[in-house]
Amino acid sequence: MVSVAIFDYGAGNIFSLKNSLEQAGASVDVITSFDKPNVYSGLLLPGVGNFDPAMKSINENSKTKFQDFVKTDTPVLGICLGMEMFFEKSEEGIEKGFNVIDGEIVVLPSTMKVPHMGWNNLEIKKPGTILEGVDEGSWVYFVHSYRAKPKSDDVITAESDYGVRVPAVVEKNNFFGTQFHPEKSGDVGKIMIQNFLNVCKK
Amino acid sequence: MTLTKRIIPCLDVKNGRVVKGLNFESIKDAGDPVELAAKYSAEGADELVFLDITASNEQRATIKELVRKVASVINIPFTVGGGVKSIDDARNILLNGADKVGINTSAIKNPPIITELMTLFGRQCIVVAIDAKRNYEIKENVNIFSENEKKFWFEVFIFGGKQGTGIDAISWAKKAEKLGAGEILLTSIDADGTKNGYDILLTKSIVDNASIPVIASGGCGKPDDMVEIFEKSNVDAALAASIFHYETHGVKGVKSFLKEKKIPVRL
Repeated sequence: MVSVAIFDYGAGNIFSLKNSLEQAGASVDVITSFDKPNVYSGLLLPGVGNFDPAMKSINENSKTKFQDFVKTDTPVLGICLGMEMFFEKSEEGIEKGFNVIDGEIVVLPSTMKVPHMGWNNLEIKKPGTILEGVDEGSWVYFVHSYRAKPKSDDVITAESDYGVRVPAVVEKNNFFGTQFHPEKSGDVGKIMIQNFLNVCKK
Repeated sequence: MTLTKRIIPCLDVKNGRVVKGLNFESIKDAGDPVELAAKYSAEGADELVFLDITASNEQRATIKELVRKVASVINIPFTVGGGVKSIDDARNILLNGADKVGINTSAIKNPPIITELMTLFGRQCIVVAIDAKRNYEIKENVNIFSENEKKFWFEVFIFGGKQGTGIDAISWAKKAEKLGAGEILLTSIDADGTKNGYDILLTKSIVDNASIPVIASGGCGKPDDMVEIFEKSNVDAALAASIFHYETHGVKGVKSFLKEKKIPVRL
């Protein structure tokens, strides 16, 4: 059985994510610091809360840095806010992100309804781990007010159209991120959770 | 393609069972909420809304158990509302697995609760439910409309539509958004229960004055009513209860019909 950890920033509901991982056959621990030894095959940064309180909860509760915990070999899935934390900084706050992907997080344009809330479809840009077996145009559930602006488009494997191009799935080395919520995206979301767990098994 | 229109079955829950009111009088048992949630989710519902109408002290415990059970059988978002009075009530709902919490009466009585909840849990979790009804007694500082040469304004009602507040629904929607609401669940008391279709004027007026998503509710009697509200307003989602109980429609049937009528839906 693959064993993964969800980092809990203490801000909200991680029940659905835990549940979807368990349904996919994983054993799940919830952790609130990176100070204990990393015994996990994968780590999840969930998508609930706000940028600064989440970063603070990590920095203040852990002496060990995120990068030292996951190194280059623990696969990490960041969902929504969790993905946004991969970048250097965010217009949502003043705290620094993990900076494992070059670029920043910017607010969605005010010409559209914000939050971007609901089912939007994926335009697949290139093959990727998370997208294996996922059809072009698949519907996934978004709820967010910010979007990623990577320095290089190379990290984007899928986008969505919401007035602007919204990077929907990003991948770089052992870091995988989705702007939408796979745990809320019905059957196609299940495939993506499974794809992530498959990487964790290797 | 941008966003699809969301189709949201609503389940009224009383003492842990789904109930269906018949013309607001007799209440009929319509099944187990967890079973119905799983069924609607499998049929392609985009989201679910649970309104707890239990009026008792055991409410909190009932809700907690319900939310956990529902969260473990579905993989689409769901909102829980009804009787949320405090931050603790909202926390009880959100931390047990709901994605959003609906607040209505408590938001009117104590508007800062919207901002407090938004700060704690994020804007996307906070659904402000607005129940509105035409009031023909014209007063100052309200948005006035007219139909059949009669003038009126839309008044916000609380306590399940029982008590008027004197507050203009359009002003309240704008204020709720400013305070931190992530979404508005708009119910027309005039249309509710009629099965004659959604309240187009009310819905359009709120949608055109809000920049957050709006869910239309009240009056849906057939799939065509959904087509009409989506064609005549820029509303984001349509909520209904009774039409999904009939096997002839079902969630899938309704969505297929909408797709035929060129409404963008997830199928």
